[in-house]
Amino acid sequence: VVHMDVRGNKVKLDDDTEISYDKCLIATGGVPRNLQVIERAGEEVMKRTTLFRKIEDFKSLDKVSRNMKSITIIGGGFLGSELACALGRRSSESELEVIQMFPEKGNMGKVLPEYLSNWTTENVKKEGVKVITEALVKTVSYKDDKLEIKLKDGRLVKTDHIVAAVGLEPNVDLAKSAGLEVDSDFGGYRVNAELQARSNIWVAGDAACFYDIRLGRRRVEHHDHAVVSGRLAGENMTGASKPYWHQSMFWSDLGPDVGYEAIGIVDSSLPTVGVFAKATAKDTPKAATEESGTGIRSESETEDTASSAVASTTPAPPVDHKEKYGKGVIFYLRDKVVVGIILWNVFNRMPIARKIIKDGEEHADLNEVAKLFNIHED
Amino acid sequence: MSSIRQEGKDTIIFVTKEDHETPSSAEFVEEDPNDPYEEQGLILPSGEINWNCPCLGGMASGPCGTEFKEAFSCFHYSKEEVKGSDCLEQFRTMQECLQRYPELYPKEDDAPSSQTSEESASEEPSGANAAAGFEKDSDPTRPNSESSAES
Repeated sequence: VVHMDVRGNKVKLDDDTEISYDKCLIATGGVPRNLQVIERAGEEVMKRTTLFRKIEDFKSLDKVSRNMKSITIIGGGFLGSELACALGRRSSESELEVIQMFPEKGNMGKVLPEYLSNWTTENVKKEGVKVITEALVKTVSYKDDKLEIKLKDGRLVKTDHIVAAVGLEPNVDLAKSAGLEVDSDFGGYRVNAELQARSNIWVAGDAACFYDIRLGRRRVEHHDHAVVSGRLAGENMTGASKPYWHQSMFWSDLGPDVGYEAIGIVDSSLPTVGVFAKATAKDTPKAATEESGTGIRSESETEDTASSAVASTTPAPPVDHKEKYGKGVIFYLRDKVVVGIILWNVFNRMPIARKIIKDGEEHADLNEVAKLFNIHED
Repeated sequence: MSSIRQEGKDTIIFVTKEDHETPSSAEFVEEDPNDPYEEQGLILPSGEINWNCPCLGGMASGPCGTEFKEAFSCFHYSKEEVKGSDCLEQFRTMQECLQRYPELYPKEDDAPSSQTSEESASEEPSGANAAAGFEKDSDPTRPNSESSAES
């Protein structure tokens, strides 16, 4: 679709076909962002760069990575970190060097509070990834059959292939012809609480900047949101008039010690309260390895089973070796109200989390709220 | 004993099992059973089956939606001693439909495992055990009578 005629209730395709409609849903998602430094770097660099988003990107990277000695992932969020861990595991069986670099201080730096982001980063390293934090890419060039990434602080990284996982640009190409409002804070088409942009036009998924009657205006790029918002738009297009109400959730797994589910607004700039299960003497490494992927493991156990030690190129941030963030729940607060919750290595408790967010109450003692999650049980 | 630590704006609390054994003093807003927006359970206040219930894993939509609804309605309202024994025809029709779309309805052993599958509205339905599983959700007081019809 290249043009939208809102008053005429029709769209035009790139082959000039016109399609008229009674109701229209826009779900154009987005395109992966690229780094300007890569776009400016020329053909040889672009040829060796993957913008990672679609299944085809995965398939081609899968092939390409088998013939490489070194892959560098730029980006420290969900996509970049999960990909780094997956490739890192592969590196233990092959010669592949996996590097991940990003501007934040730790993996998931925009989502997890600093102490947890640091702990996650240590776990990503245990998966065989060379993590370079606080890395801002200045230039990328092709030299002697290698890509050379020069960072703003002068560090130089040589690699064979780059994967850019630096975010999504929501697709609002039709905004101009359709006369649709684009949100300047979050990007995407601005819609109301019922996901409607204008008469007969609704937007769902990554491209929708909508009004969440509980949490305020947002734009969400997760899979469950796509399902929930698509369904809601469909219901409203057929007369339901329901606001965005059912909170969508998301999840991520980064290796055997980090798996979490989340709901609401989980922004690391918000004050957080994390309640974690204290490791006891009973949590033996053997017991932990017998549990499937959850539980607290002693450091020595994970070091033994991890791939051969991969030194990071920057000094590791101070990690408190006594404290292991094995299982817990993290509350994100805005004006003393819980607006987001992460269930950290604790599963099947999302309905409780959803209820807390829905209530929107001020709780004097979040430890009391945390009790409801039974974090010590499986 | 719980320990509490502050790192800037972030509070970190470690608690033992004993710390969390005492009942919670947290208070919640009472649920309104007639909340028009809230995702309802399997049975609507009117007594009808809520085909939008996430617990049905999307089975009521798609190419076999009709067949599923017929089989499940029959099972749900069945008054037979062996519940659903009067619904074999509907279950067979549903099975035939599910088998025509293996990509949409993978068999149990092909289904990808997902820790969040109960929660996400996008759960992949596994056709073979669908009906038996749902009865568990909707009627917890009954013994788990696996309907043999659909296996």
